[in-house]
Amino acid sequence: MSTHRLGRAAALALVLGATLTCAACGDDDTTSASATAAATDAGGAAAAVSATTTPATTAEATSPPSSGEATFPVTIDAANGSVEITAQPQAVISLSPTATEMLYAIGAGEQVIAVDDQSNHPPEAPMTDLSGFTPNVEAISSYGPDLVVVADDPAGLTDALAPLGIPVLSLPAATVFDDVYTQLEQLGVATGHVGEAAEVVAGMQAQVDEIVAGLPETATPLTYYHELDNTFFSVTSDTFIGQVYGLLGLQNIADAADPDGAAGGYPQLNAEFIITEDPDLIFLADVKCCGESAETIAARPGWADMTAVSTGAVVELDDDVASRWGPRIVDLLGQVSEAVGEVSASG
Amino acid sequence: MALATTPAGPLAAGGQARPVAATRLRWPAVVLAVIAVIGAFAVGVFVGPAGLPVSGVLRELVDRLPLVEVDSGLTSVQEQVLIQVRLPRVVLAGLVGAMLAGGGAAYQGVFRNPLADPYLLGVAAGGGLGATLAIVYGPDGRALLPIAAFAGGIVAVAITYAVGASVGRDRSNATIVLAGVAVTSFFTALQTYVQLQHTDTLREVYTWILGRFTTANWDDVRLILPYAVLSAVGLVLHRRLLDVLRVGEDEAGTLGISIRRLRLTLVVLATIGTGAAVAVSGLIGFVGIIVPHTIRLVAGASYRIVVPLSLAGGAAFLVLADVTARSLDAPAELPIGVVTAFFGAPFFLVVLRSRRRV
Repeated sequence: MSTHRLGRAAALALVLGATLTCAACGDDDTTSASATAAATDAGGAAAAVSATTTPATTAEATSPPSSGEATFPVTIDAANGSVEITAQPQAVISLSPTATEMLYAIGAGEQVIAVDDQSNHPPEAPMTDLSGFTPNVEAISSYGPDLVVVADDPAGLTDALAPLGIPVLSLPAATVFDDVYTQLEQLGVATGHVGEAAEVVAGMQAQVDEIVAGLPETATPLTYYHELDNTFFSVTSDTFIGQVYGLLGLQNIADAADPDGAAGGYPQLNAEFIITEDPDLIFLADVKCCGESAETIAARPGWADMTAVSTGAVVELDDDVASRWGPRIVDLLGQVSEAVGEVSASG
Repeated sequence: MALATTPAGPLAAGGQARPVAATRLRWPAVVLAVIAVIGAFAVGVFVGPAGLPVSGVLRELVDRLPLVEVDSGLTSVQEQVLIQVRLPRVVLAGLVGAMLAGGGAAYQGVFRNPLADPYLLGVAAGGGLGATLAIVYGPDGRALLPIAAFAGGIVAVAITYAVGASVGRDRSNATIVLAGVAVTSFFTALQTYVQLQHTDTLREVYTWILGRFTTANWDDVRLILPYAVLSAVGLVLHRRLLDVLRVGEDEAGTLGISIRRLRLTLVVLATIGTGAAVAVSGLIGFVGIIVPHTIRLVAGASYRIVVPLSLAGGAAFLVLADVTARSLDAPAELPIGVVTAFFGAPFFLVVLRSRRRV
């Protein structure tokens, strides 16, 4: 009996873990597979093939015209299949904190009627107790939305809302930097803000270029450790956030833990390893979640003698910005490049 | 149990009890257990992702002995890694392993159920709820986490015991076990609810549940040590009474032993130990089942053997499991619970099979 209980706890933990990993890795294989499976259920294999092949061309056909004019209907080739939106949405629900930030950035905030309980930015977003982790179909539909934006769709929200005629747009965690731009553009198409989305993208690209160009020349690349939580979970260069550091020419100590990316890019590092690797920079993405700070890092047994700790190169990030792939990623890039500049100047 | 009243009863009981009475812990077994623990600790101290030189580690450890001055040749960072990171982790794994295996042996004896594990009465679910509450509502830095987990575990077991003992006849241990299942489900439900209300802390809760030695330090060791000593000494002192329980509660009752009080004492001792273990390391499965049973199969079923050897075997097993957890995929960590199950379960099956043939 007790082993069953433990098994349940482990299973639950694994499911939650999978949710977390998916939220972070944005693997669209599963979503497209389930979309195909649903189509197969509905109308046989032939229907499934046509359902998955035709929209790709449709999407290209209806994709951004150069002007900011809203032309509907549009079809978007998203992670959860092709999403058709017949008219400009006036009641958007976002269950993804990143999508919320994007919607407001491209000027679609007026159309947003509700956001999930984690969407804390921008402050004017109408936060509700809706959950992106355990979405409740009834609660969502009671708001009368005409578009629901999610990060990923573990609970089959797409299929559940389809009979109600509510389209679901799944924009999973970015795996490469360009995904940020793609998703901004897709949201522009979906909400009728194509021009503003293009402006945001162009602005971000210019800022990124400027930051990268302003980097100091260093003989040997600086090394860093990005801390996700206080049990030493980290990210490799394969992940989206790892690529952000890569843009700035930093070298990730966690790459040794998952050289081929087989572990999904989110290894849990060993404390002895981190201390002996002695990275030049430590970035804390567990400030809000776990109350970590430069002081708590210095107080950890065995950590005080590390270079980054003694030189003050422990950088406290905003957990939210560091775990999202929204417009504020440029702020993160700026904060990291500032730290790189300081370390380079002193060393 | 009706047998006990027939003339053949005492004889039958005596016949069962005699091999137990004849079996005592022998010196070779004690020596082997000590060697196993020392060997496991040595492996734990010498092996690790930091790749410290063996001679340096040895000299540093000697240097730490009172009145001895040796230059270890380790850098200050290496010294820190050894003394502040690796050593407490090995000691903590040993203590937790001893507690889980010893607690498992005691529960199996008290409830005369081979499937009883140290989490049977809800200490894991209660600890999980306590830890989750501390993570979600507690102050940053998680200073309250171990205390909350410990308290949660003790409260859950107390509820189980109070309900189980008041509902059933005082001799029915099935009632207590069933109450444990109910309390476990209830606390797990509460824990899951709180966790899902605060998805921002999901990862932290989840890593805690999977069990961890990744952040072990001397504070954890200091926290568990008094409870571990109390539990271990108490269980070892009660090993003969556990043998009496094996014979049967009615028979034990005829020997003038208060079954109810004995059972409560043993449950308290085992729960204090496992509760403290859960508080510092999360939930680590299988140790409490496979270690005591392996000891039974290999060394003998008397609790005079099973209790002390489970404490030693659990310590050695979990230290080695933790070495595997931090070395196999180094510098990445594997969850300790995965290692104990992955290596422990097949090993146990082999022992089970080979002993069945005899």
